[in-house]
Amino acid sequence: MARAIINLPASARRGEIIEIKALVSHDMETGFRRTQTGGLIPRNIITDFVCTYNGAEIFRAEFYPAISANPYLAFSTRAAESGSIACTWTGDNGFSLTESAAITVA
Amino acid sequence: MNRGFSVLCSYCVALLLAAAAFSASAAQIGPLAADKTPRRSGYDFMGRETRAMQDDDAANPGMLWVLDGEALWSRKAGAAGRSCFDCHGDARSSMKGVAARYPAFDAARARPLNLEQRINLCRTGQQKAPPLAYESRDLLALSAYVGRQSRGLPIEIAIDERTRPFLDAGREMFNRRQGQLNLSCAQCHDANWGKRLAGNVIPQAHPTGYPIYRLEWQGVGSLERRLRNCMFGIRAQALEFGSDELVDLELYLMWRARGMNIETPAVRP
Repeated sequence: MARAIINLPASARRGEIIEIKALVSHDMETGFRRTQTGGLIPRNIITDFVCTYNGAEIFRAEFYPAISANPYLAFSTRAAESGSIACTWTGDNGFSLTESAAITVA
Repeated sequence: MNRGFSVLCSYCVALLLAAAAFSASAAQIGPLAADKTPRRSGYDFMGRETRAMQDDDAANPGMLWVLDGEALWSRKAGAAGRSCFDCHGDARSSMKGVAARYPAFDAARARPLNLEQRINLCRTGQQKAPPLAYESRDLLALSAYVGRQSRGLPIEIAIDERTRPFLDAGREMFNRRQGQLNLSCAQCHDANWGKRLAGNVIPQAHPTGYPIYRLEWQGVGSLERRLRNCMFGIRAQALEFGSDELVDLELYLMWRARGMNIETPAVRP
């Protein structure tokens, strides 16, 4: 079950700096580990994270094998207008997950 | 001579600090009147960042398992085609305080069962589904979801004539030296808590937040997994998941932590 939790204030004043927290469930298998019989466990990680605010990209991150399992990111943006903030995680083996939340800016 | 004096002084300071800590923690966790030592959750030994991670549901990775458990709660399973919800209804009310009472006595088995065993008994008995494997994602998710409904509630382990022998067996196990290092649980967790074992602070072994998200594991695990870790650490033969001895030990540990608040899903380093 791929699952993500994003958290941001439901409402904000225009121009206010808000914090966005994004947590996703993922094993982040590094590709360097081996099984007991010596076989390499193939890499399976999230490679990209993109956050959009009403469709415009506001934050992007690239992930590498040293990132922990179930990666957590927190970043901030300026509340400009009401709408939707969407986070998308993409990675190996066709992994893709999008989670969004609404914000009301007064 | 000088050195002896300063050691003595720092001992006095430590006593004062301990007294201060006691009065502060007494209000938080309310130790039983009979207990002389202040009891502290593993939470109290953690760094600021790890505490913040546990306290914020948006940052606590254990919540990912809780959400999975919530989905599983209403998913029909097995030949009976029933979900947990069909019998128990909304877990937020029906499971409130339940995890705080486990391990609990089961009349059919004539012994205490832990929460994972109880969930599997429901699966095989009511849902006619195969039991979930210990430490499987689904079993951890369900026990985390059920445990979450007791967060903030005090652990209440009822001991009566039926459960007392199992409690005594658990206590005996806690105090028994075992493994190549010939250590008992009590030698670390009663006699030396608060000191360091390598880089880690030795906690008092109160299982208040299971299943926990352990940073070292990069995932959620049960109390039994944690206990087996300790057994491995003292180079003893780790008991099998779900074995009677392990459940007795769980019962003793939960009883020992009675009155302390459930933190599930807790985060631990």
